[in-house]
Amino acid sequence: MSALAVRDLSLDHGLLHAVRHVSFAVGSGEVVALVGANGAGKTTLLRAIAGAHRPAGGAIELDGVDITAVPAHRRVGMGIALVPEGRRLFAHMSVEENLLLGRMSGRAGPWTLDRVMATFPNLAPRRAARAGTLSGGEQQATAIGRALMSNPSVLLLDEVSLGLAPIAVDRLYQSLAGLMQSGTTIVLVEQDLNRVMRVASRVICMLEGRIVLEGATATTSRDRVTDAYFGLGQARMPA
Amino acid sequence: MNAQTGFRVERWTAASRAALAAVAAVSLALVFAPYVLGPGALDRLTILFVYVILAAMWNALAGYGGLVSVGQQVFLGLGAYATVKLADLGMNPFLAMVAAGLIVGLLALPLSFPMLRLKGGEFAIGMWVVSELAHLLVNLDPLVRGETGTSLISLNAFDAPLRRAAIYWLALAAMLALLGGLFALLRSRVGAAVQAIRDNEEAAASVGVRVLATKRLIFVFAAAGAAIAGALWLATALTFQPRAYFSVNWTAYMIFMVLVGGIGTFEGAIVGAVLFFAVETWFGAAGVWYLVGLGAVALAFALLLPRGIWGALETRFGLRLLPVGYRLDLSALLRAETKP
Amino acid sequence: MINTIIQGILLGGYYALIASGLTFMFSVMRIINLAHGSLAVLAAYALLVLAQSWHINPFLGLLIVLPAMAVLGFLLERLVLERSLRAGQLVPILATFGLAIVIDNLLFEGFGANTRSLGNFIGSLSYDSIELPGGIFVGVLAVGTFAAAVLVLVGLQLFLSFTPFGRAIRATSEDPDTAGLIGIDARLVNGVAAAIALVTVGIAGAALGMRGTFDAYTGGAQLLFAFEAAVIGGVGSVWGTLLGGIVLAVAQSIGAAISPLAFLIAGHGTFLVVLFARLWLAGGIGNLLARRA
Repeated sequence: MSALAVRDLSLDHGLLHAVRHVSFAVGSGEVVALVGANGAGKTTLLRAIAGAHRPAGGAIELDGVDITAVPAHRRVGMGIALVPEGRRLFAHMSVEENLLLGRMSGRAGPWTLDRVMATFPNLAPRRAARAGTLSGGEQQATAIGRALMSNPSVLLLDEVSLGLAPIAVDRLYQSLAGLMQSGTTIVLVEQDLNRVMRVASRVICMLEGRIVLEGATATTSRDRVTDAYFGLGQARMPA
Repeated sequence: MNAQTGFRVERWTAASRAALAAVAAVSLALVFAPYVLGPGALDRLTILFVYVILAAMWNALAGYGGLVSVGQQVFLGLGAYATVKLADLGMNPFLAMVAAGLIVGLLALPLSFPMLRLKGGEFAIGMWVVSELAHLLVNLDPLVRGETGTSLISLNAFDAPLRRAAIYWLALAAMLALLGGLFALLRSRVGAAVQAIRDNEEAAASVGVRVLATKRLIFVFAAAGAAIAGALWLATALTFQPRAYFSVNWTAYMIFMVLVGGIGTFEGAIVGAVLFFAVETWFGAAGVWYLVGLGAVALAFALLLPRGIWGALETRFGLRLLPVGYRLDLSALLRAETKP
Repeated sequence: MINTIIQGILLGGYYALIASGLTFMFSVMRIINLAHGSLAVLAAYALLVLAQSWHINPFLGLLIVLPAMAVLGFLLERLVLERSLRAGQLVPILATFGLAIVIDNLLFEGFGANTRSLGNFIGSLSYDSIELPGGIFVGVLAVGTFAAAVLVLVGLQLFLSFTPFGRAIRATSEDPDTAGLIGIDARLVNGVAAAIALVTVGIAGAALGMRGTFDAYTGGAQLLFAFEAAVIGGVGSVWGTLLGGIVLAVAQSIGAAISPLAFLIAGHGTFLVVLFARLWLAGGIGNLLARRA
């Protein structure tokens, strides 16, 4: 039984079919990367898994339990946490308050305020600062920390490197290294293919709402992923 | 038919042409009413016209301008007050009524500068405060003698049937003029601006729509219309007791008419006014329960059918009788697409 | 004149009290509840019924009425505010106005046109006074209302700033979508916030009834006073609302000292002047009631 399974999931944005009949499964402790051009449906997919987007069809399963009808705020208590695209911190509240909010509806577990501070050392001096005054890297760390405070079994990371300087991204992934080996199931959306090939055990490439490539990073070449990313070497998908 | 693009933009449909012809015919028939109807019925028709004006004006402000005002009664009261003052100064009462409408409209212009900077509920209640203050200030006028009020005495100079007919025609003319003016406004560039603002104010501003100027125009127009309605009400009621004109119940009536009829639709305001007129005719005597019913119905519509009756009909049947917008005829294009 | 001002300050306490629920609800849900005043009057009538028919002292009556107001607030949010907000930003204004009309007229139907007061049921408290240096007498009730206002305002602020649920309320008001993503049930939070707001409304209703008289249609005026106090006080802090209430009340009292007719004129006039001055100075701030949490 997989930690997270998506079966024949379809998602719409108004009249647009953002995700079409997508199925995949993530094993416990796996780190799976979701890649694809903008508009491929990655963010919509993550939001649907987190419960913020109602599916037009298909199902989502957490540890074998169908959670398709469960509202977002209850999925947190079941172990799913999303770090949204664009961070979405509560700008008027302090770092500490943002982190404490993450704890409210989560589960019991090892993650505490102190542990988050230890994982992201750059946050410690900014503990009482209003989230809106933080740098990009600090904001991203806070957003991830907020999700971790709920002690998720499945952590969804949506474009955590977006808008960050390369050095900040490096620092972020350094902090995340331990997390990625700790046994938390992680699904991350990431634009940087090099990083993807390094941190993820499996890569899924999406194009126009469908999965066009899925494979272990150890055995899949970067070029193959790039081709799939741009839809090269594939038969034209029917509308 | 544009052969290249395959679609057609049209303003008038067969239905709307028929509707407009019907409106013209009815209006013509209404002109002759004083020769056909008795005094009671004539008075009631006059009141119906007043309701239509009020509904159309409140709808213009809220449905098209996006400004919900809980204080439009201020213009009603000021319109009646101005009429009384002008008549007292010796002006012909009928002229006074029209002049009052224009004067109050002009007064609304400076008022719009601060008030239009308020948003949402703040604007709503802010207008209510303005209304309360106006009420208090009007009460100070010795002519009005506080809540005792005064009357439009000069109207008595005319004998009853002529007076009644003249008021009726003035009301009919005012209603048609205001509705016609609103119609023309909505079909013009201002109308497009209004629709854009209503859909998304920021986006409208970003494409160059002069949001504030458009709102100001609607605000002043609605004020003048409500003032004329107040003057007409005074003419039918003859007495001016400030409390009756500045009462917030008028807002309750206007909200009822527009919510039930269909907020933001031209036809909806008219439908709502007619419905309100009917409800008032049958239930008005029920006193407090009548008001409870109005409030409850307005609440129910706000929660369950916020688009009103006409709005719901429009969505279900694609019905649009009076052509204030544009229709996109995609039928040719769709036919081309489904060809194998 | 000093006496007028002091009485004004104490009256300001009442205005701050009734304004607190209005600003709280607005800062959380961005809704101005036009039935606010009518609900305060409803609470006053409820206390009246308890006192008249069941001989329950109004202070004890609060133990029944306040929880009832909390439940009413929760239901109000779920059944009216939440639904109408989904239909559009302006619809809650229409819905709450309709509700106010229903409440006012049902109260009139039930209780008639007579003005009432809770003052008859609280013994000498309704006219007890304390003497201040300088020979000025202040009503015990007036002082008590002022104290209640401060307690409520400070309590609300502390609740919002330091409790987990208060944090949840602030987060939901800032970004309900993300709040849901981190596990906060926005509907529950808003329901509780509305319940809290209506509890303050209940307290204000009690103060209204004890300090003076009320009838079925008093609600409208109370809404206007609450709104004016909130707007004068400005971009919401606790002290802002208190100050707003005081400024409004002092203006009214000074007006009343000049002429009985001027009481309301002074109040409304001051409100408009302050409003226009603030708009002009700030070049049009967005929301005047918004509380920066």
